[in-house]
Amino acid sequence: MNGGGETHHFRRLGVIWAVLAVAFDLVYYFAIGPHVPPGTLTSTASGAQFDFNILFLVAFPVMAAVWVYWAYALIVWRGSKSDLAEPEGGPKSRGHLGIQVGWIATTTVIVLGVFVFGTVELIVPAGAGGGEGPSPIWTPTSHEVLPIQVIGQQWQFTYRYPTFGGFESRQLMVPAGTTIAFHVTSLDVIHSFWAYQLGVKADANPSVDNVAYTTTKQPGAFTVRCGELCGLWHGAMYNFGKVVPKAQFFVWAQSTEHRSAANTKNLPPFAYTYVPDANGANGGYYPDNVDPYSKVETYGATSPGK
Amino acid sequence: MGRGGRLAIIGALFAVAVGLVVFTVMAFLRSSPPTVDFTAGHQAGAPVDLTLQTVGSIGTGIHPSWVSYLTQTPGGQWVHTTLWDLPAHTRINVTVHQYDGGSPLRNQQYGQVTGTIGDDAILNGKSFTVINANNGNGVAHTFAIPTLGISVPLYANNGNGNLCAVAPCPTNSPHNIVRFSFMTPGPGQYPWQCFLPCGLGYLYGNGGPMQTIGYMDGFLKVVA
Repeated sequence: MNGGGETHHFRRLGVIWAVLAVAFDLVYYFAIGPHVPPGTLTSTASGAQFDFNILFLVAFPVMAAVWVYWAYALIVWRGSKSDLAEPEGGPKSRGHLGIQVGWIATTTVIVLGVFVFGTVELIVPAGAGGGEGPSPIWTPTSHEVLPIQVIGQQWQFTYRYPTFGGFESRQLMVPAGTTIAFHVTSLDVIHSFWAYQLGVKADANPSVDNVAYTTTKQPGAFTVRCGELCGLWHGAMYNFGKVVPKAQFFVWAQSTEHRSAANTKNLPPFAYTYVPDANGANGGYYPDNVDPYSKVETYGATSPGK
Repeated sequence: MGRGGRLAIIGALFAVAVGLVVFTVMAFLRSSPPTVDFTAGHQAGAPVDLTLQTVGSIGTGIHPSWVSYLTQTPGGQWVHTTLWDLPAHTRINVTVHQYDGGSPLRNQQYGQVTGTIGDDAILNGKSFTVINANNGNGVAHTFAIPTLGISVPLYANNGNGNLCAVAPCPTNSPHNIVRFSFMTPGPGQYPWQCFLPCGLGYLYGNGGPMQTIGYMDGFLKVVA
């Protein structure tokens, strides 16, 4: 091949690649991107969707470059074509300085760019919906944050609302347009609170208050699953939640507080963590010299009959 | 014996050993408690009576000390199982003969009756909606179907009493009778469980019978 031929192929490859990459990126951005999971129910879900879309928009041109070159080579440079010269080896095939520098520079920019982008996106907004432990570094700017405690127990999540008398519910309802602080903990083994469409995922560890933030947008439904293998019914440890308008949330919260009052008074006082009962019914595997019905061992309970 | 004969014997023994291992593993994996069928002869719209008992120790089998549920067949026989075939969209009238002692609940949230018809249950003839597991005899177990929102605490017997230790328990042993009703949903498999960690001798009380189908966990197999 002569120099003119290489330039011709290079330009043709470049045009095909650019047209494909731009066309597909545009189609993706406008037609597919808005529907990419986890959706836009919350700020953190929107953030995750934005991240997925940006990464795909960056990745597709790279993938297209490989596929276009591969297809072009298969079609244009097939060995069966009699008019093609044999490929040259040796020093003449050792490359082109401009292409080498361009390749290294481009890949370096892409990798470093994705690294910086991914790191920043893990931090904003307010920890990006991940559990930040008991002392979050990245906190929301909102001054009005609704705390909801998520309690994992084999095999169900329950939810306490400390600003509504500390009632506990097996339903998770959250108001739209509100910043939520999920305080995630467990009464037995390690679970993981994964509210997929909310863009929230935080481990539920016994005796740990794992805080995750998100800000809800419009009303909608979401699914909560346990994201940590936790025993026999791990696969059945899920429930459905709702983001509802604020007025509807307050009606639900106040009515549930009223309806649960008879049981709420039996619950331990609200705390961010509870030391789980180390034993089962009337015995079990617990350290010597520990009263199985002591306050610290039974989620605040007292011995029956005392 | 020639070399070929010895090789044949070794090969045959090896094949038998492999067969035994495969058989044992498959038998273990395929073992399951029996399923009690409440759909046979069921007339659409008619309620189904489901009678259970809870015992502090099953007293027999490979885990005689394990706590367990038992199921009474429509013919009146007690069976060590927690698997039931139930008709869809049908009222299930549950009666639990509760023979076990109790403790506080790990989470008193499960002291509340939810998901039953009327959102209540009947303990020894008296309606209730909440049991404070910190008082009295405490709670022995719960009957809960999380995906259907159903949860009923089962009040315990006095642990100092002469509690039944071998199932099925006779009705002259100290026990409480808890009744409640719920509606089955559409066809599907719905896991149910106890929410009081009653696995005696296991970490956090959640091992052993709490993790074993046929003891404190089971399935409602709802069929059309």
